[in-house]
Amino acid sequence: MEKLLEVNNLTKRYAQGNVLARISITAVDNVSFYVKPAEIFTLAGESGCGKTTTAKLVLGFEEATAGTMLHNGNTRSRREKTWLTKGVQAIFQDPFSTFNPLRTVDSYFHETVRNFRLARSKKDAIAHIDQKLRLVGLTYEDFAGKYPNEFSGGQLQRISIARALVTDPKLLIADEPVSMVDASLRMSIVNLFKRLRDELGVSILYITHDLATAYYVSDRIAIMFRGNIVEMGTVERVLMNPRHPYSQLLRDSIPQADPKKRWATKVTLAELEQEEYLRQGCKFAGRCPDVMDVCKSVVPTDIHIDDVFVKCHLYAEEKK
Amino acid sequence: MAETMAKTKQVVLRTEQLKAFYVLEVRGIQKIVKAVNDVDLQIYENEIYSIAGESGCGKTTLLKALFNDIVPPLRLLEGKICYRINDEEIDVTRLSKEEKRRLRMEYISFIPQGSMSVFNPVIKIESAFADFIGSHVNERNRAEIFELALRRIQELGLPSNVLDVYPHQLSGGMRQRVTIALASILNPRIMIGDEPTTALDVVVQRGVIQMLMDIQQNLKNTIIMVTHDMGVHANIADRIGIMYAGKIVEEASTETIFAEPVHPYTQFLINSLPKFGDKSMRDSVPGSPPALSDLPSGCPFHPRCPYVKDICRQEMPDFSQLDENHRVACWLVGEN
Repeated sequence: MEKLLEVNNLTKRYAQGNVLARISITAVDNVSFYVKPAEIFTLAGESGCGKTTTAKLVLGFEEATAGTMLHNGNTRSRREKTWLTKGVQAIFQDPFSTFNPLRTVDSYFHETVRNFRLARSKKDAIAHIDQKLRLVGLTYEDFAGKYPNEFSGGQLQRISIARALVTDPKLLIADEPVSMVDASLRMSIVNLFKRLRDELGVSILYITHDLATAYYVSDRIAIMFRGNIVEMGTVERVLMNPRHPYSQLLRDSIPQADPKKRWATKVTLAELEQEEYLRQGCKFAGRCPDVMDVCKSVVPTDIHIDDVFVKCHLYAEEKK
Repeated sequence: MAETMAKTKQVVLRTEQLKAFYVLEVRGIQKIVKAVNDVDLQIYENEIYSIAGESGCGKTTLLKALFNDIVPPLRLLEGKICYRINDEEIDVTRLSKEEKRRLRMEYISFIPQGSMSVFNPVIKIESAFADFIGSHVNERNRAEIFELALRRIQELGLPSNVLDVYPHQLSGGMRQRVTIALASILNPRIMIGDEPTTALDVVVQRGVIQMLMDIQQNLKNTIIMVTHDMGVHANIADRIGIMYAGKIVEEASTETIFAEPVHPYTQFLINSLPKFGDKSMRDSVPGSPPALSDLPSGCPFHPRCPYVKDICRQEMPDFSQLDENHRVACWLVGEN
């Protein structure tokens, strides 16, 4: 099977505290996943689960403590920096901080075209940029010479997607691209991702906490919790029939837009985040309704059932 | 729930043709932002009323007005805001500054979105509680206040050591719950929440919503809240008002809004939501919301409305009462 991006045993540790009381927090703990060509792969989880750190590692913004990344089957070396910058592009959460308020938006596009020598003349460059803007429903005339404050949040987010498309990337890394966009305009961004995948064959690593849009748009999903991927598989399997107790809790906690489906049960919340990071064994053991003795001491391994990977002791028996 | 509501339908807060505009002067040119434009609301005792709408539709300004916190550049042009205090209706816009201050926390309290800026970062939570309560309850010593705070914190199921820490030591969800505990501590009759769960994670959000509903059930008071997340509305609200460009365009019980939305804007809001188990194509509302300083003529939704007619461009429709709880402002109603 062809893999556009393959991540193996990726780990990132941060030191926290001062010299006397230093603790190390494992933000990303032994994470492995891959992204196929022309697919939308979602990394979902709550804040502090390590999904943004994973994105930074994949983009090369941060150096991993351990683990390897393969692009198109090759290990990443400095020589392959071009692949990384041209083939992988990023879209960030807040479109207003993506662009410098004192620079016109089109200058970013021209700069990218120049840096990668994508056009021979100014006219070529404009044609190239216009083509990318049309993909997101805008035209060059709409935006030339304008500053970021002249656009709405939804428009600006579409512009930043067009900007990412300028280099004709194979993989887009979208870190919470819709969380700052109004709910009524959210679907326009998500539908755009679907079109990019289907028409241009672009793969998207979609990082989000919004499981409803994740279900709507993606092919496969990984649920992260405190640095670990606890469950991974196709969205139908993982979200319609979650196996890991944390995935179940997360899935049930999404407020459903249906007054007949109100929550019947109550949740207990974690009191201290740090405690969960430092926990031995399964990180969810402190809140898990099905906790067993083994969970508190032994880290569960990935168990493969029905094409889904689950990191939970509950399923160890089934495997045998 | 509908039956109990009918019995105790006592109006606790009412507005009459409320118009609150931002009047700004930019380089000598007067600019008027019509944030709250002719809003009539009746909010009852013992209910959770929530207001939905896109960002920039004036919902936060409406809450400010309901909280009677109208300070320049926001101005009250017309209308009344009436609270029912001790079985007497009072137009609170006419009260003096000191009288307004007395009402806050004791009668009406506010829960903001980002609780990061609620607490002073250099004093402990306990002292913040003492400051807030001390300015409303006279002749109580610190120990008594501390006891009151501790009791409420325990009632709400929060760990009692939260009083003894600095705000940054609490996680976002915990801080928001402490803020809600503080807002409810003097048992106010009305609590106003401006996106109280928006910045939180889903599991934490669920906990905070539970807590708000528990408080409301214990105090039998009124919660008025704003959020853009229709899922939160469906879970918490008794009645929902849909706001568009400074106006309420539809209002009904939660069940009715989700089952039989009438206004085209409400229909878009409900139908654009992705659902589990359904991957069919969903469209967002076409176009973008109008600027409140430059509203289109007639019905402000007409440039985005797929069913637009000539009259929509000329005149704003009045409310049609579809049943006791359901009213909608749209020219389409009553046609067929």
